[in-house]
Amino acid sequence: MNINRRVLIGSGAAAAMLAAPMVRAAGHGKPRVVVVGGGAGGATAARYIAKDSEGEISVTLIEPTRKYYTCFFSNLYLGGFKQIEDIGHSYGTLAAGGVNVVHDWAIGVDRDAKTVSLAGGGTVGYDKLILSPGIDFVEGAVEGWDLSAQNAMPHAYKAGSQSELLKAQLEAMPQGGTFAMVAPPNPYRCPPGPYERVSMVAHFLKANNPTAKIIVADPKEKFSKQALFQEGWANHYAGMVDWIGADFGGGEVSVDPNAMSVTIDGEETKVDVCNVIPAMKAGRIAELAGVTDGNWAPVNAADMSAKADPDIHVLGDAASQGDMPKSGYSANSQAKVCANAVRGALTGTRVFPAKFANTCWSLIDTNDGVKVGATYEATDEKIAKVDGFISATGESAELRKATYEESEGWYAGITADMFG
Amino acid sequence: MRIFRASSVFLALTLSAGNALASELGDADRGEAAFAQCKGCHQVGQGAKDRIGPNLNGIFGRRAGAIEGFSYSKSMARAGADTLIWTQDTLDAFVENPKALVSRTRMSFRGIKDPVERSDLLAYLRRFSDDPSNIPEAEPTASGTDHNVDPAILAIQGDPEYGEYLSNECTTCHQVDGGDDGIPSITRWPEEDFVVAMHAYKEKIRPHPVMQMMAGRLSDEEIASLAAFFKDIE
Repeated sequence: MNINRRVLIGSGAAAAMLAAPMVRAAGHGKPRVVVVGGGAGGATAARYIAKDSEGEISVTLIEPTRKYYTCFFSNLYLGGFKQIEDIGHSYGTLAAGGVNVVHDWAIGVDRDAKTVSLAGGGTVGYDKLILSPGIDFVEGAVEGWDLSAQNAMPHAYKAGSQSELLKAQLEAMPQGGTFAMVAPPNPYRCPPGPYERVSMVAHFLKANNPTAKIIVADPKEKFSKQALFQEGWANHYAGMVDWIGADFGGGEVSVDPNAMSVTIDGEETKVDVCNVIPAMKAGRIAELAGVTDGNWAPVNAADMSAKADPDIHVLGDAASQGDMPKSGYSANSQAKVCANAVRGALTGTRVFPAKFANTCWSLIDTNDGVKVGATYEATDEKIAKVDGFISATGESAELRKATYEESEGWYAGITADMFG
Repeated sequence: MRIFRASSVFLALTLSAGNALASELGDADRGEAAFAQCKGCHQVGQGAKDRIGPNLNGIFGRRAGAIEGFSYSKSMARAGADTLIWTQDTLDAFVENPKALVSRTRMSFRGIKDPVERSDLLAYLRRFSDDPSNIPEAEPTASGTDHNVDPAILAIQGDPEYGEYLSNECTTCHQVDGGDDGIPSITRWPEEDFVVAMHAYKEKIRPHPVMQMMAGRLSDEEIASLAAFFKDIE
């Protein structure tokens, strides 16, 4: 597509806008955007709309926690490569950038009145609502486990206190003990995440508890970057990791948090630490807003608007969009497309074609980083993959080190992009 | 211009036709004279040492930034880690326009635009690589190709507003404050250098899978728009 045509389309849209003003704020001052969830999707969307609209749009971000711990790099914290403070971010800079940050839970959406209700009481009105609530867990997904068991058997798949708990349990493991992981079925947040975690746990154990074992019960037959991880486990942690895939009963799992045991395909094993990562679904507010179909919220690829409601957009993990993996990078990428579309709808600014990208870096051991990535475009049906790459097995140590250093650069880049 | 793809097709055709043209190397003696402009910084031949630039013995087949103890620019070290290997192709591209291949190389040299002069120079340098007989005679650029971006592409006037939108994709990884640990800074980038570098990624001359992928789907107009936006970024 060529630029001249795009310019024409842009000015054509602007002309149409002048003739028939767009949504605009009905009966109140500035147009209002409410964003629920202050992670990679929500914080980015709020920041970009506030920054680019230069005060033309009122932006409210509803996020319960005062400090946000990124799920990405939380495995590096488990491995001892990061401190917990390194992955914590506050919202002060976003607030200073013009975003009205409300620390509360969104507990309901009235789509007719266009309001979001808050746990602390009161409602916030919107013209456009952006939901970026991340994930919640499917109830009953792992037999024997529910949220009341998350202290005995942490998921650590929402970063923060859960990450700290899992790390404390890892450190307290007896010599020669057993660390078990129950891996999630597709689709779930951060496809390489469980396997990077296995690597980081192995890294910690190799140095501190070298006779310990790791068992992974996995309902999947294969997983993201599998060849790279398995090569790395064999090279760095020989004999430590026992991955039990679906072919060997890895999906037939129950746990007993009181007895600290895991039963895989009928065989019960006593374990010292058990990291249960259950099946996932969209953060609950998406369901409460009535925009989910099954576990996730279907969206239109061009602007991330919910199929169920053109004035609600859903970003990141919670969205069912097509080919993009559920990752922080994806959510950040989707947020920018959404921000551009929302601004265009509310104030008539130019709307450009959607372009999406993702890259997921994983650390296997010290200076042994790998990555996988792809670009995507919007089609009528979905977000569709255009092109991609993945690290190769047998890469040089220099390249792996550069990849790890690159991931650190990316972390600094994306967190600055999210929080300002 | 779209060199690699274009020239390899050309090569395949000429080879199958048994035409010797594409495998013609430059004239090493003329290349020795051309090397005069490199001598201020580089030594080559017996007893050559690293000076302002690294010595060029054994340059063919060497990874970029690989001489122990030589203080390379961050850009060059990264290019090496990204597996840039010095071959007839990559050296030809580098000598033609150093910044197209390695954005912030310390090699302060405008480049040699004449393809014949480049192939002469490289023919001379080949004498000092360990085993020139192993260097394929028929490498695509042996007879010199034009790595320069087509002037018509350089002349495209970008749309800075569209460039700003496209640049949002860059800031997921590149820090807006100019920090460059792990990932290079992209601020204060001259417009033409930017365009040349993006096309080098797009044509996969410059190594790096993420950048090749990102640039690979940008149209000429989109690259121009990004350049138009970035030139004003402090």
